[in-house]
Amino acid sequence: MDKDTAIVIEGDVDRASVPGMHARINTQLIAAKGSEFTLDLTKVTSMDSAGAAFCLVLGNQIVADGGSLKLVGVSQAAKEALLVFRIGLGDRGALLKGPSGFEKLGEQMLKLWEGTVQLLALFVDTVHFTVVGIFKPRQRVKASAIVEQMVRIGSESLGIIALVSLLVGLVVALQSAAQLRQFGANIFIADLVGIAMTAEMGPLMTAILLAGRIGSATAAEIATMTITEEVDALKTMGIHPIRYLVAPRFLAITITQPLLTVVADLLGIMGGFVIAITYLDLSASVFMNELIGALRVKDLLTGLIKSVSFGWIIVFVGAHRGFQVKGGAEGVGIATTSSVVQAIFLVIAADAFFSLLFYF
Amino acid sequence: MDKDAIISVRNLTAGYGSHRVLSDLSIDFTKGRITTIVGGSGCGKSTLLKCIVGLLAPWSGEVTINNQILADLDEYELAQALSRVGMLFQQGAMLNSITVAENIALPLTVHTNLSRDVIDKIVQLKLDLVGLGHTGKMLPSELSGGMRKRAALARAMALDPEVLLCDEPSAGLDPQTAADLDALILNLKNTFKMTVIVVTHELASIDAIADDVVFLGHGGILHYSGTLEGAKASSNQAVANFFARRLPGMPAGAKSLLDVLQEGG
Repeated sequence: MDKDTAIVIEGDVDRASVPGMHARINTQLIAAKGSEFTLDLTKVTSMDSAGAAFCLVLGNQIVADGGSLKLVGVSQAAKEALLVFRIGLGDRGALLKGPSGFEKLGEQMLKLWEGTVQLLALFVDTVHFTVVGIFKPRQRVKASAIVEQMVRIGSESLGIIALVSLLVGLVVALQSAAQLRQFGANIFIADLVGIAMTAEMGPLMTAILLAGRIGSATAAEIATMTITEEVDALKTMGIHPIRYLVAPRFLAITITQPLLTVVADLLGIMGGFVIAITYLDLSASVFMNELIGALRVKDLLTGLIKSVSFGWIIVFVGAHRGFQVKGGAEGVGIATTSSVVQAIFLVIAADAFFSLLFYF
Repeated sequence: MDKDAIISVRNLTAGYGSHRVLSDLSIDFTKGRITTIVGGSGCGKSTLLKCIVGLLAPWSGEVTINNQILADLDEYELAQALSRVGMLFQQGAMLNSITVAENIALPLTVHTNLSRDVIDKIVQLKLDLVGLGHTGKMLPSELSGGMRKRAALARAMALDPEVLLCDEPSAGLDPQTAADLDALILNLKNTFKMTVIVVTHELASIDAIADDVVFLGHGGILHYSGTLEGAKASSNQAVANFFARRLPGMPAGAKSLLDVLQEGG
């Protein structure tokens, strides 16, 4: 027997010994590439799945190099291991071959398109159930469910929104005050803080905070319910999950988000007021007169319209991510995280759109 | 179609994505009988139940409940049809954010105009029926696995359905709890003349409750018999192997690694 083409494997062939054996035999395979090899397993004392897979890899490698392999001997231990494992139960080619980059891109585009269509369908279904409920009392969204959501969205978020808005107002005013002072334009701090809070910062800060609190909670709750078959259970009871889970949130946020935005506006302006009277030496009456003169109804309404649309984005993105969940606990985590990221992105994109729309 | 059939499945083909699970399956479920659906994992037992309750849309074929084709019903009609069907999920699928009593009251508040007092009484009756009269104010997470399944059974029974579907009711339960649940299902069928469809792997359960045994495999029905003994004596090798707990032979196309190496890698 030619020792260059005789592969002899001895001892324990397991996950500890296979790497060393593979390196040694690889050298032999490269040196005699394309030859007729023999495989001797008569001195194998034990073999685990790594050993069995190694034998298979050797055979495949030799055949791929244009050679052949002949099994000349096998010990009882090796025979038992090689008989346990089977191949040919599925399409091995399909398992080994991943999608190409182009296919992955196509897959992502398809997912994006499907996601957009599903999000729109969710919006239409929710509006449908809300409107149908007005005319069909049996299908009405329960008032208690709406109130429960309003408490979660409104009361429980009020403190953090008030605090953050106050700080934002303070910071905006403080950063601007030094510049305004140089030009003797201290009085315009009222205009700056008033317009910035009502038209931009109030709705935006409220939406970002609610995306973190309510969007994530919505996604996590619906995702968990989807995974534990609670959503399926609702369907089998003849209860549409969108009517039961999404419509109350939709109605609650439609009412609550503008109210929270008004609170954010007021607290932000209060932050500016504090800076104006402590740092810029303005009197309260001068600040208020300037503020009232600067605030326009259009800015206030723009902010409130924005806030409603931001609220809808938060609820629909959270619900959509929740219903689309795949897998177990990890899936819930992914759905929750992605709902917050996606909602914040869409809120900012919508803000940019509204800013352009209402600019003139 | 069997004239006594309450649920009729005709030429049903269904699956997930591009993976076909059921292929051209037809079966009638007779009123007032307990039919157990048996078969290996992935043979389509739960898929069949999902198609019956409209959770999974068939690729082709149709499901009829009380002579109404599910696919032809609008949203409201479907909800009404499903209110006559109770479903017990494998893990119970109780809504975890509300109490056990609120879970059972839910279908009653949606599908009836009953007053709150009457609904509360019905809930208590159903809980007593499944031996959980004291658990109404508890959350589902505070119940044991067996109790949760019984509570889920009470919810499935809330609207006194004509048909009860059970997806592996005894799975994961100790033998005593599983036997209690079987006795309960049998009692419900005998008392309320309900039609019950049970997906199960438990031979003891099949023996205890089954009027009919259906064995699914390869996307269709491999065997249909009146008793467990009949199923055990099936001439179909896969059915006989299943009930005798024998290992199936090597699947078609499969080879051991020894064969592969002996053939030259």
